[in-house]
Amino acid sequence: MQNVLIVAEQSGGHLRKATLHAIAAGQVLAGRTGGKVHVALLGKDLGGLSTELAGYGVTVHAADSAGLTHYLAEAFAPVVAGIAKEVGAGFVGAAATAFGKDLVPRVAARMGAACATEVLGFGGSGAAVTFQRPMWAGNVLAEVDLTTPVKAFTVRPTEFPAAAKGAAGEVKAVAVADPGALPTRFVEFKEVKSERPELTEARVVVAGGRGTKGDFKPLEELADLLGAAVGASRAAVDAGWVPNDWQVGQTGKVVAPELYVAAGISGAIQHLAGMKGSKVIVAINKDSEAPVFQLADYGLVADLFKAVPELVEKIKAGKGS
Amino acid sequence: MPLKILVTAKRVEDPESKIKVKPDGTGIVTDGVNYKMNPFDEIAVEEALRLKEKHGGEVVVASIGADKSMTEIRAALAMGADRGILVKHDGPLDPFVVSAILDKLFEKEKPDLVLLGKQSIDDDQNQVGQYLAERRGLGQATFASKTESLESEAEQKKQPGVVLAADGKSLRVVREVDGGLVTVDVSLPAIVTCDLRLNKPRFASLPGIMKAKKKPVEEIVAASLGVDLAPKVAVKKLSEPPKRQGGLKVADVPELYAKLKGEAKVL
Repeated sequence: MQNVLIVAEQSGGHLRKATLHAIAAGQVLAGRTGGKVHVALLGKDLGGLSTELAGYGVTVHAADSAGLTHYLAEAFAPVVAGIAKEVGAGFVGAAATAFGKDLVPRVAARMGAACATEVLGFGGSGAAVTFQRPMWAGNVLAEVDLTTPVKAFTVRPTEFPAAAKGAAGEVKAVAVADPGALPTRFVEFKEVKSERPELTEARVVVAGGRGTKGDFKPLEELADLLGAAVGASRAAVDAGWVPNDWQVGQTGKVVAPELYVAAGISGAIQHLAGMKGSKVIVAINKDSEAPVFQLADYGLVADLFKAVPELVEKIKAGKGS
Repeated sequence: MPLKILVTAKRVEDPESKIKVKPDGTGIVTDGVNYKMNPFDEIAVEEALRLKEKHGGEVVVASIGADKSMTEIRAALAMGADRGILVKHDGPLDPFVVSAILDKLFEKEKPDLVLLGKQSIDDDQNQVGQYLAERRGLGQATFASKTESLESEAEQKKQPGVVLAADGKSLRVVREVDGGLVTVDVSLPAIVTCDLRLNKPRFASLPGIMKAKKKPVEEIVAASLGVDLAPKVAVKKLSEPPKRQGGLKVADVPELYAKLKGEAKVL
């Protein structure tokens, strides 16, 4: 019987939704091994959040300390590894966010564990678990075996449903030792503020590329009408037209919304890898040969500056009727 | 203060190549596939060169792999790196083992800074820098980026995005994370992994390519380093992802709207 430890991600006392998807993955693993799901929650002033998390039927290990106010891998890794040892975790994981990808490999190294990134699902049989993960920008699926006693992983949140509330679990306080002087110090966080939903959590994503020539206004109007997040291709981000964290792609955000609208995006392999899990894909592009059309459920060869406003009017008219 | 920088250059499939899985799932089809330096490592080499141009020092480029990885070392030397180390190893590698090998190179070279790509575009693991930092007990600044865009004036002037403190004892690194940019100070020696928007790598010049041929490259057999080379991430099987049924075109916006509303039911 091996227990599973999932590391929760929070900022300012708010839980990142991706954590719930990672907990769901943890529950799948625990079902396989006959173990329990434990959650490590680190930060400062965690009060309500510990109880909220315990509501998902997991044991929460809350490390509440001034030294953990700002996330730093060097401060978090020893605490997570300590909890993992304490609960006898055979599996240690988190969501494959920037936080998870920065922290989990460091925890793994500390525990002599091998690690699988962006896990899509689990294979093998019974407690002998293998990990399914993408390679070559999602062009290849690999089944990998982690041969170390403790196995570390990050899961792609869109591949697992969010965990459901269950019988309230326990909350345990973790004593945090003073780590002394750390080699890394937090200076500042510049948040990109947005009224729109987060890219990885949105039901609809409207994305633009080089074809927007830097004018995202029509796309933003469509997005706001649909309550959608706005995404972008690497070309649009590199040009400085839109913020970095709008980038959809293998090296940006991987999204899987119900509806993905790609406007003025030709469809580089890199970009397609980040959105091809979407339920319905719409492509609007002037170039009828653009690779994105091969993937799209509905392709429209048109100028986005004409087609997108027209679609906005259609939807408005449809809502009014 | 001059900096001694160790930078990685992994040989990978060209990202523009079409990757196909062998029918038996044991690997990918390599016929007709071009190889080049991992694009994230190219960014790391570029950043190393900019830091050296600003502060002086030495850029040592390391690659781990079969003999052919010499091509990627020469490519980095042609960009301007000073010397190379080829750690020869045939067969599969994983971040666990690669970081153990880099740990040995660190011991030998004692650099002030190790710059790596945040991930290689073949296995897409995104782990080596983090493992190496923990193995050595050093600070890590992953996903190094910068506030200015790649079209900015600072980028045109080839300013480093990673900034050395006035006392020469730490680096200020802007990290690309979810929801914004985090700035951290990391003490030297440090491990920094590079994201896409840190810089635009330079092309090697013809004189650079000529000079690179004469620059020293040390060859080390991986088995001589005293590292357990057995992969801990054992790939059992590769397969192609399920194909999407796409390709349908609509004539105009009214038809698109009708399909989204009536057929796909997503509006």
